[in-house]
Amino acid sequence: MKAQAQHYVSTTNSCKLCKPLGACLAFRGIEGSVPFLHGSQGCATYMRRYIISHFREPMDIASSSLGEKSAIYGGGPNLKLGLRNLMIKYRPRLVGVATTCLTETIGDDTPRYVREFKEEFSELIDNCESPELVTVSTPSYCGAHMEGFHAAVNSVIDQLANDYDKTDSLNIFPGFVSPEDTRYLKEVLSDFGLTSTILPDISETLDAPALEHYEKLTSGGTRIEDIRTMGGARASIEWGRSITDSPSPAKTLMDKFGVAMQCVGLPMGLRETDTFFQVLESLSGMATPQKHSLERGRLVDAYIDGHKYVFAKKAVIYGEEDLVIGLTSFLAEIGVKPVLVATGTSGKRLRKSIEEVCSGILDKPPLVKADVDFYGIAADAHKLSPDLLIGNSKGYRLSKELGVPLIRIGFPIHDRFGGHRLLSIGYRGAQNLFDIIVNTIIETKQESSDIGYGYI
Amino acid sequence: MTLKKSSINQTVDKEKFVKEVVSVYPNKVAKKRLKHMVVKSDCESPEIEANVRTIPGIITQRGCCYAGCKGVVIGPIGDMVHIVHGPIGCSYYAWNTRRNMFRSREDGQNYLNYCFSTDMQDSDVIFGGEKKLRQAIQEAYDIFKPKAISVHATCPVGLIGDDIQAVARDMTQKTGTLVIAFNCEGYKGVSQSGGHHIANNKLFEQVVGKDDSKHVEEKFVVNILGEYNIGGDAWEIERVFAKCGIRILSTFSGDGSIDEMRRSHQANLNLVMCHRSINYMAEMMETAFGIPWIKVNFIGVRGMSKSLRKVAKYFDDPELDRKVEEVIAEEESQAEQLISVHRDRLKGKTAMLFVGGSRAHHYQELFGDLGMETTVAGFEFAHRDDYEGRHIIPTLKPDADSRNIEELKVEPDKTRFRPRISPQRMEELTSEQLLGAYEGMIPDMNQGAMIIDDVSHLELEELILSFKPDIVCSGIKDKYIIEKFGVPSKQLHNYDYSGPYAGFRGAVNFAEDVDMMINNPAWKLIHAPWDVEPTLRAETVA
Repeated sequence: MKAQAQHYVSTTNSCKLCKPLGACLAFRGIEGSVPFLHGSQGCATYMRRYIISHFREPMDIASSSLGEKSAIYGGGPNLKLGLRNLMIKYRPRLVGVATTCLTETIGDDTPRYVREFKEEFSELIDNCESPELVTVSTPSYCGAHMEGFHAAVNSVIDQLANDYDKTDSLNIFPGFVSPEDTRYLKEVLSDFGLTSTILPDISETLDAPALEHYEKLTSGGTRIEDIRTMGGARASIEWGRSITDSPSPAKTLMDKFGVAMQCVGLPMGLRETDTFFQVLESLSGMATPQKHSLERGRLVDAYIDGHKYVFAKKAVIYGEEDLVIGLTSFLAEIGVKPVLVATGTSGKRLRKSIEEVCSGILDKPPLVKADVDFYGIAADAHKLSPDLLIGNSKGYRLSKELGVPLIRIGFPIHDRFGGHRLLSIGYRGAQNLFDIIVNTIIETKQESSDIGYGYI
Repeated sequence: MTLKKSSINQTVDKEKFVKEVVSVYPNKVAKKRLKHMVVKSDCESPEIEANVRTIPGIITQRGCCYAGCKGVVIGPIGDMVHIVHGPIGCSYYAWNTRRNMFRSREDGQNYLNYCFSTDMQDSDVIFGGEKKLRQAIQEAYDIFKPKAISVHATCPVGLIGDDIQAVARDMTQKTGTLVIAFNCEGYKGVSQSGGHHIANNKLFEQVVGKDDSKHVEEKFVVNILGEYNIGGDAWEIERVFAKCGIRILSTFSGDGSIDEMRRSHQANLNLVMCHRSINYMAEMMETAFGIPWIKVNFIGVRGMSKSLRKVAKYFDDPELDRKVEEVIAEEESQAEQLISVHRDRLKGKTAMLFVGGSRAHHYQELFGDLGMETTVAGFEFAHRDDYEGRHIIPTLKPDADSRNIEELKVEPDKTRFRPRISPQRMEELTSEQLLGAYEGMIPDMNQGAMIIDDVSHLELEELILSFKPDIVCSGIKDKYIIEKFGVPSKQLHNYDYSGPYAGFRGAVNFAEDVDMMINNPAWKLIHAPWDVEPTLRAETVA
């Protein structure tokens, strides 16, 4: 993978996945929902197998299975037949219809087909307890998986939320975090005495218990009744510094229903978590519960105790934009020196966000690369000689080549167990990540030593 | 070793089961699905519907044309650069997801761990992607100087009309490196099967028989077709063949090398492992070069031995016969010693297989070795001949989908055609069903077994509830659904990252893995002690 640092037209070893995959993930976090890809059946098959390799959980995605005929005459009939079959068999509460390259290229008007379907099959829909049908446009040639994820959440809000009733509830849009992160988030909100709607919520749908009676539609996920009331909520909190300039669910709710919004960075590490907790304090009117302030205190204590192991270690960070911003903020504050921060998408706000989260700690921000693939990351990494890589499983080859450890976080993690149960947000997540990083560095030192360290 | 009579199979009323399972579908769908489900009975081999369009919304196991071409047949060729022309997903999802392994040859070229894409953007879709593709090929050539480059079309490419064949021709000329373009857009055909055929055609036209520089002297020289080296299967086969003194000239395409494929026309016999994905190549090579083919199955101890004996029979050489028998005796006894302990724990258990276009057949042999019975089986993307045997091929009527995949007109090669055996012997071995024959999966199954083509999600669920198998073999997409029923699931696409499973040693690995899965103590821990509800399994097994 040795390479010159130059710009290539082709993409070698991509650092992003495709747009409809993100939409499927987001839809999966809604109660009783089935994602539905309008396109060739290979898209559904490939994305299912990919998502499953990370979560090790069932992931059903229906498809309109278009063939050549539909590619010429349009995919409407297949879409309608597919929706009908799916509804009869699965009785979903929501079907999330995402488009693909095929249907976008041929110009299928998917929202119109869905409207027609609702009229033509109104009786069937009634008999199936009127599931919601949400559409989202996700051509792969326009953005990557995170854009698809946000677009799907935004479509759900745009098409379902109303403000008929004002509620005391909060809306939380966490973005793509792990099921374990979501469970932690729920605990925090509950400790602050806040009622909230988290959209999406994959904590159970993509991390379900072992059963003997299989559930066709996995339990859990954001309740559709709750989504409907999101337009009447007190406020929305959106995680992710990257989405500030683009349409987002919180913004949609503000524009349509005047719901106040707060956008904070993905709460990774102490400082970004402090910001989030401050927002919770002001919204709840209560001080951070002792349980969490103790966790914060223990975290700082660990930062101090473990500093000698991690200080000045150089890290290459790659993955989704918000994830790498959060990781950079965290690594900077623990004393690790981020030397390259890379993401596969255009990353319009990446550089600015990295500067923001590094300011006051680092003399100068790290090298930031957007729209880059692993070939490009490798070219830079060879020159920067990092001590560790942090990102998803796709950095494994590079880590082997460089002879440095890879700390796996993000998506996909398919060469380690339990990637979806990784907690990385909040004080507790920072503690978890910190321990992993410290121990990885210690282990590397121990393994590479001729003498061996019994105590370290 | 096998259970000849099925006891478990008799307990489910299959006719009733089929009626019930399709009753949830809309009428038209139910009628269609009925044709894909048959019960093996004493009467003649039943007819099954296969290789037709999947019903939308049904949640299928099937993939697309691109998956069959790039993912299955071409991707495993390790010393070639494979460029996917399209938006990023298609290339990403086929990046090391299949466990086709490759060992670099002396030249050290190995591109298997790379994922090359033109990563089409909206401007490419609007203004055309040919320019970008040309640049991508040039870059691949400049950086890697590979022996050959493949280009695979994804859905948008065909729709916007990029002429990838013209680009490939130009770039072949410009770089002096063979560039092969495959028009395997995802929407073509009914499953990955169309992609296999497209891949076979281009490989045959542009690769096979193009290199006569190294003359092959040996007599016992074979190619293995349709062996993808999942988990190192091909290497176990190679080990046994080497021991017998048989040289494998080229493998299509697991651990496949483009150079070896170019020389593959010099082999004296083709061995067809996955009939579905590669029978086209076997037929075309026979017509063009005079190489006969034999259907083999290297899965299972007895399967491996049977296949070796078929090869020995074809070569008709007393010394080879002796050697093959010696190897079989030695290997079988070693394998048996290791397998018997597992068989004691597995005997009488039942399996269901829903996978591929050959594996659901091949692995029945191995389950037989373990004393297990296959109660229900089906393919994902097979054609009727894979179920019922090649004799039905003349009766198959081409439909709109199959007509869209080109059938090459092949003539005997003017300089390279060479009959391998005398016409009399050819006739003799053909009439004995040794050459050019495949009887399909159904004749090998027990009376009362069920066969279900392109099984849907819903059907799989009902099958598990009614048949209560001890293990279900499928792929990653179904694995976790099956396991949520409390039933272990073995992935036969990627072997749960284990393997090899082929050959004698592979059978031992498989026995260990299946034993481990079925007898995993965790299955009994699902219920908490305070959970007083009797379980479904406890009720029905008792």
